Amino acid sequence: MPSLIDRMQEGRTIRQHSPWPRAVVEAHLWNFAAGELAQGRQGLLGLWGEPSTVHMAIIDRDTSEVAVISLDCPDRVYPSVGKHHPPALRLERTINDLFGLSAQDLPDSRPWLDHNRWSVRFPLGDRIDALPTTAPYRFLAAEGDGLHQIAVGPVHAGIIEPGHFRFTASGETVVRLEQRLGYTHKGIEGLMRGASVERGAQLAGRVSGDSTVAYAYAFSKAAEATLQLAVPDRAVWLRALLAELERLANHLGDIGAICNDASFGLMQAHCNVLREDVLRAANTAFGHRPMRDVIVPGGLVRDLDEKGQAAIRAALDNIHVRFPALVELYDNTASLQDRTVGTGVVTVALAKQYAAGGYVGRASGRAFDARRAPGYSPYNDLRFEVPVLDEGDVNARIWIRIREVEQSLSLTNQILDRLPGGPLRVPIGAAAGPREGMALVEGFRGDIMVWLRLDGGRIDRCHLRDPSWFQWPLLEAAIEDNIVADFPLCNKSFNCSYSGQDL
Amino acid sequence: MRKLLFQSFFQGPLTEPAPALDPTAVDELATALQRAARRRLGRSLSIREIDAGSCNGCELEIHALNNAYYDVERFGIRFVASPRHADVLMVTGPVTKNMRDALERTYHATPDPKWVIALGDCARDGGCFAGSYAVAGGVSQVVPVDLHIPGCPPPPVTILQGLLALLDRAAKTAAST
Repeated sequence: MPSLIDRMQEGRTIRQHSPWPRAVVEAHLWNFAAGELAQGRQGLLGLWGEPSTVHMAIIDRDTSEVAVISLDCPDRVYPSVGKHHPPALRLERTINDLFGLSAQDLPDSRPWLDHNRWSVRFPLGDRIDALPTTAPYRFLAAEGDGLHQIAVGPVHAGIIEPGHFRFTASGETVVRLEQRLGYTHKGIEGLMRGASVERGAQLAGRVSGDSTVAYAYAFSKAAEATLQLAVPDRAVWLRALLAELERLANHLGDIGAICNDASFGLMQAHCNVLREDVLRAANTAFGHRPMRDVIVPGGLVRDLDEKGQAAIRAALDNIHVRFPALVELYDNTASLQDRTVGTGVVTVALAKQYAAGGYVGRASGRAFDARRAPGYSPYNDLRFEVPVLDEGDVNARIWIRIREVEQSLSLTNQILDRLPGGPLRVPIGAAAGPREGMALVEGFRGDIMVWLRLDGGRIDRCHLRDPSWFQWPLLEAAIEDNIVADFPLCNKSFNCSYSGQDL
Repeated sequence: MRKLLFQSFFQGPLTEPAPALDPTAVDELATALQRAARRRLGRSLSIREIDAGSCNGCELEIHALNNAYYDVERFGIRFVASPRHADVLMVTGPVTKNMRDALERTYHATPDPKWVIALGDCARDGGCFAGSYAVAGGVSQVVPVDLHIPGCPPPPVTILQGLLALLDRAAKTAAST
């Protein structure tokens, strides 16, 4: 039986799209793709709209081949993917909110990002006035004796992003959690339209602040793919250095914060010192703690000097010495393990169905890491392992992070040892006519996808897909049958981005 | 665990001395507090943080204030879980239209006297998100702002300077009235 990627030839191939193919297809092939997703042969990488087109990016589960198929929908209706493949549901609700394109027979037609506060509807499509009155959001029902609801947010009790969680509980046990997000929707894809490539990179770096490097990296790679631009070797290697430092800082922070949510503050105190060391080294090396706006299309704006190298080496050496004792502390504290083992389980089947990236996927048997496959330079030349566990609980998500800290330490040292010299940046030219490109970059949280169309040096359309899109729904599943008091623990072990998914 | 605790006991604190006050913040506050300060804060400040649409970059740097290097609680500055317990609302982000209502309600839930700090470049005027259909603009478009701490995101030292200036001015204003 021919695969979807073989059958794409039935469609009209778009020439100026790289590095992976895109074809405009008919409805039957679109439906065939939805079926392939439903049967688990392909994973959904992204689903996004334009004023009268929908696009779907898929990845082959076995070969990691990536392809984009597009369907013209002049009647503003297209066959629903979410009907067959639930991971597409929120994406299709979003396409409707932003573009006014409706998925036929979509099982859930409630708005997602649109809270009826923008004074317009379909802001990126044919705009119409907002609804005169805002109807209350209809949360899904849970029925049974003695069930009660707990409403949390959008303003939460900690220093975290806003979102609403509606719990239905039976005593202490969570029967259903439903998320309502969209509070931090800033209209970034709207701001991208007509922007210069430079401004595009700036906006991309502000989609999710904790992943500012990974987003700038992904956007720059997409822009370079679009313009068929090769960046100098030194930039290729330095970008990976920045990405690994970002991963280290975030994983260290997360390991501490998860333990803190199990009331084990000691771990957080120590992890946050190591995290701060990484940020200070980054500040010395690149002039900014979270390393924002350092990666740009064409290369980097700032080179690494001797002093910066020494600062990074010192921070890494310190982690190398101190981290093993913290791992031992985690492993040997029974009262802490009592909270994390068996809590908030994501099954292997669910992680596969949602093509969940990052530690959420890898703690539940999904070995995907964009650095390995499809893979990109310089990771093809570096030695690293992709840790995978099957348990899918909070404990497994901590262990994946621990192993990834170790891998990032090794990667960072390898990069510093082999850092090539030479120029840092090439000018980006403006190509005539529309050209398209995309990129998949492994951020600390998982794979970030950027799809871009440039037309004469300006951005015509840019779509940025955060890994959280395919992780948030799994949190709803993970918390079921756990106690309400374990929610912060489960939530932190996911650490999904609100801003990244709200965009 | 015992070994780790012993090591911490002997290695001495990592905590660094307080940074010098930020002169711009002091000036900005002089005007703000003449209007607002009516009671001595007793060198203690309870802060409720509100993300009104930020990219979460500012939140990470606010978090860093609690690490051993900055140890913000030694100055009596505490992050609290409810606006009912707060003296200060620390607001980040361009205020998104979807968060506008929640920000207003949180402001009204905070007892007087209260101060609002707009943290980060977006919080001043919407930053690079200004002009979007989904963004209301800076924090001052929605609630009155007393102090702005710039940066994208502001590093912890800058945030600390702003907060210490607030404490310093509040104490002086209270002493002179």
